[in-house]
Amino acid sequence: MAEQMLAADGRPLKASLNRALRRQKMRALLLIAPLLLFIMLTFIVPIGQMLFRSVENQIVGDTIPRTVVALGDWDANTDPVPDDAVFSAFAKDLMIAVERKQHTRLGSRLNYETSGISSLFRKSGRRVDDIGEGYTDQFVAFDPAWEDPLTWATLFGDADWITAQAAWDGEGDEPAFVLSDDANEMLPRTADIYAAFAEVIQTENNDSPTEEQPWNVVYLALYEELRTYTGEPNYADLPGGEIIFAAEDAVRDFAPQSVRAAFADIDEDWEDTAVWQTIQTYSPAFTAGYFLNSVDLQKTPGGPAWQPENEQIYLTLFWRTMVMSLTITVSCILLGYPVAWMLANLPARKANLLMILVLLPFWTSLLVRTSAWKVLLQQQGVINDTLVWIGLVADDNRLALINNATGTIIAMTHILLPFMILPLYSVMKTIPPSYLRAAKSLGATNWTAFWRVYFPQSVPGIGAGSILVFILAIGYYITPEIVGGTKGVFISNRIAYHISTSLNWGLAAALGAILLAVVLLLYWAYDRIVGIDNVKLGG
Amino acid sequence: MRAAGENFLPQTTTDTAFVEFERVQKSYDGETLVVKDLNLSMPKGEFLTMLGPSGSGKTTCLMMLAGFETATHGEIRLDGVSINNIPPHKRGIGMVFQNYALFPHMTVAENLSFPLEVRKMDKTTREAKIKRALGMVQMNDFAGRRPAQLSGGQQQRIALARALVFEPELVLMDEPLGALDKQLRETLQFEITNLAHELGITVVYVTHDQTEALTMSDRVAVFDDGRIQQLAPPDQLYEAPQNSFVAQFIGENNTLEGVVQQIDGDTCIVKLDSGDIIDAVPVNVSKAGERTKVSIRPERVEFDKSRLNPGAHTLKAEVLEFIYMGDIFRTRLRVAGTDEFVIKTRNAPDQVRLTPGSQIDIGWMAKDCRALDA
Repeated sequence: MAEQMLAADGRPLKASLNRALRRQKMRALLLIAPLLLFIMLTFIVPIGQMLFRSVENQIVGDTIPRTVVALGDWDANTDPVPDDAVFSAFAKDLMIAVERKQHTRLGSRLNYETSGISSLFRKSGRRVDDIGEGYTDQFVAFDPAWEDPLTWATLFGDADWITAQAAWDGEGDEPAFVLSDDANEMLPRTADIYAAFAEVIQTENNDSPTEEQPWNVVYLALYEELRTYTGEPNYADLPGGEIIFAAEDAVRDFAPQSVRAAFADIDEDWEDTAVWQTIQTYSPAFTAGYFLNSVDLQKTPGGPAWQPENEQIYLTLFWRTMVMSLTITVSCILLGYPVAWMLANLPARKANLLMILVLLPFWTSLLVRTSAWKVLLQQQGVINDTLVWIGLVADDNRLALINNATGTIIAMTHILLPFMILPLYSVMKTIPPSYLRAAKSLGATNWTAFWRVYFPQSVPGIGAGSILVFILAIGYYITPEIVGGTKGVFISNRIAYHISTSLNWGLAAALGAILLAVVLLLYWAYDRIVGIDNVKLGG
Repeated sequence: MRAAGENFLPQTTTDTAFVEFERVQKSYDGETLVVKDLNLSMPKGEFLTMLGPSGSGKTTCLMMLAGFETATHGEIRLDGVSINNIPPHKRGIGMVFQNYALFPHMTVAENLSFPLEVRKMDKTTREAKIKRALGMVQMNDFAGRRPAQLSGGQQQRIALARALVFEPELVLMDEPLGALDKQLRETLQFEITNLAHELGITVVYVTHDQTEALTMSDRVAVFDDGRIQQLAPPDQLYEAPQNSFVAQFIGENNTLEGVVQQIDGDTCIVKLDSGDIIDAVPVNVSKAGERTKVSIRPERVEFDKSRLNPGAHTLKAEVLEFIYMGDIFRTRLRVAGTDEFVIKTRNAPDQVRLTPGSQIDIGWMAKDCRALDA
C-alpha cells in the first residue's frame, strides 16, 4: 500500500482535507436548510403518512378488540356463523363503540370490502343497548341492589377512587374511574367491560358511574362470568362482594338469552357468513387489502381473488392512464419538434415572438384553458360547427370530441406541449448549424442530413421532454375531470374520488402508491434503456 | 478606396479555369452588398487562399461556392458548368469547417463512412477508402474513437480526412486551423499543403491569418469591402502590393503621406506633408499633384549611407525605442512627423544597435518604396 500522505502539520492529508471541507459543507447545508425543512414538513411527512394509510388497518382492532380476539379461531368452513361467545364479545364492543360514536366509522371502513355493512352497523348501533336486558331484569329481580349504580361502583371501583369520588364537590374535573385490582383479578371480563362503561360514562356522557346504571352488556358479562364459575376465587373478599356470592348460585337458574338470536333479530344479515368473514379478514392492524383492491383483487379467507367482473375498474384505469399518457407524449413530440426546430433556427427577433406564443399558455389559468376546450370541442362547439360548415361532417353526425378519451388527449396535448417544446428547444439550440451543412457538403440530402445527423443529436431533448410530459400526464387530474367524461378519466380522478367523496383514503393511498411505483419503475427503465445522462434540460 | 479588380483581372483564361466566379454579387438584406462584383478564376490543382479581415466577404464567397448561400447576381461555374442551381449535396465539393463539424454521435470511422454511405458504396469499398483516408492523415489508430475523445489537432485531421475520403476534386476550407495553437497550426499548414499537392486537388482556403495565407498558397486573394483587392502569388503580394489596403494588411508596413511632385517613368518624387522629398515607384498614381500614401517595408529601410544609391534622398530620424526580439531588432523612429515608423534589422554579429535619442539618416532603394492610392 502507498504511504499515507501527510499534510504540512503532520496530520493525514485526508483528514486535513475533510476538516477544510466540513465548514463548506455545513454552510451549504445551512443554505438549503429552510427549504429542506419546509419540504420535510409539508411534503415528505404527509406523503409518508398518506402512503402508510395504504396498509394501515388499525381501526378494526381498535374499535372491536374483543370481537377480533374471539373471532381468532373461528373457521367459516366448519361453522358458517360464529358462536354465541363471538356475538357476546361483539355486543360489548359495539356498545362501547356506539357510546364513543365510532361504530359508523368502522361500518364505513368495512363497507369498502362488503357493501351493506355500513347500514348494518348503523342499524345495530341503535338497538345494541337492548342486548343483555334479559339478564339485567333477572339480576334485578333476584336482588334489587343490582339496579343501584353504587353497588357496581363499590364492587369494581378502587378504594381510593371511591373515597375521592365521595369527597368530590362537583367542582372541577370528576376523579377518573380507577378499577380495583381485586375485582380485575376475580372477575376479569366483567371488570373489563365495567371499566370501559365507567370511562365512557365519564368522558362521553359527563356522568358519574356512581349514578348511572351499567349497560345491559355489563350484566351480560357478569352472567357469563358467574355461569362458568368453578368455586374459586372467593367473591366475598371483594368490598360488598356478598351480593356476587349470593348471585353466583342464582345465575344457574337464570333463563339463558341468546346474543346471536338478539343480533339476528336486529338484522338477519348477522347470520351471513360473508359479514363475519369480512370482519375476520380485516382484523389485523395491517392489511394488503387496499393494494389488492387497487388491482381489482379482493382479500378472501382463501387468499387473493378477482373482484366480480362488474367491479373491476382499476386495472383498466391504470392501463388507460398509461396508454393515454403515452399517446399524449407522442402527440407532443410530433407537434412540438417542428416548433422547437423553428425556435432554434429562426433569427432572434422572430424566435422571441414565437417563444412568447409558446409560453402564452403558461400565463393563462389551466382551468380557463381546459374550459375553453370544452367550448371548442362540444357537439355544438366551434370545431364541429366548422367541420359541418366545410361539409366534412354531416350535421346529424357531429363528432364526439369531448367527454371521452379524444377530448382528454386533445386538451392535454395542448396543455403539456410547452413542456415538450422547451427542453427540445434548449437542446436544439446547442446543435450548431454547421453539422447540417457538413452533412450536406458530404453528399447527404436534406432528409438524410436531418435523420442521420441532426435527429440523433436532438434525442436527449426528446427524452427530457418525454419524461416531463409523460410524468405530468400520468398524474393529471383537472383536465381529464373536466373534458374526460367517463371514458377519458385517469387513475388520478379515481384517487381524488376516494379522497374527497367515498372517503376511502386507504384505497386512495394504495392507488397513489402504485402510481408512484409505476412512475419510478418507468424512470428506472428509461435510465436503463436511454440513460438519464442523455437527458438535457438545457445547455 | 479604389477597387483593384478593375485593373488587375484574373490571369487565367476561361478555357483552363476549374472554378470561376463571374460578376458575382451577394446581398443578405437587399440594401447592402456583402460581395461586390466578384470575378475569380482558378485552374485545376491550385491552392488559393481568400484572405481578409472579418466581414470582408470571403466566407460568404466560400459558402456560395459550397452552395449554402445563393448568389444574388452573377454566375459560379465548376469545371465549366454553372452550379448556381445545384444543391450543395450534389456539388461533390469537400469541405472542412471552422469547428470541424465532426458528428459527435458517430465514431471517427462512421464519420468517414458517412459520405460514402450516402453515395451507396458497398462495405468493402468503404472500408478501403476509410483506411486510405485515415492513412493520409496518420490517424489509422483512432477509427473507433468518438470526436470528443480526440484533441483539437486530431479532430482537425479527421475533418480533413472526411472531406477527402470521397475523393472530391475541389476542397473548401473555412479557417480550419483557427482554434489550434501556433505550433500545431504550423505543422498542419505544412501537412495540408503537402496533401493537397500530392493528391492534385484544388483547394479554396479561407483565413484571416496572413502568415497562413503566405506560407500555404499558390495564390492569395485579399478581400476587403466585398471585393478582391489583389490576387497574386504570396511573394508578389508582399513585395508588390497593388494598393494601400493590401500593403497595410500583409506584413508590417510604414506609411508616409504626401503629394506626387514628379513622375519619371518607373520612379517618382513625392513631397511628404512634412516637406521632405523622397524617391518612390509609382504604382497607382498617374500624375503629379495627386495625393499618395507611400509604403516601405521595415526591413528595406537603411540607415547605413554606404548601402544607398548615390544621390538618393534621405530623411532625418530620431530613434525613439529599441526592441530586442531575438532574431531581429525592431527600432521605432520619429520620421517626417510620425512616431510610428519602424525599421527591422537582422541580429547579425556586426549589426548596430541604435540607442534611443540618437539622430540618424535613413533612406531606401527607390524600388522598395511604393507610391499607392491615398
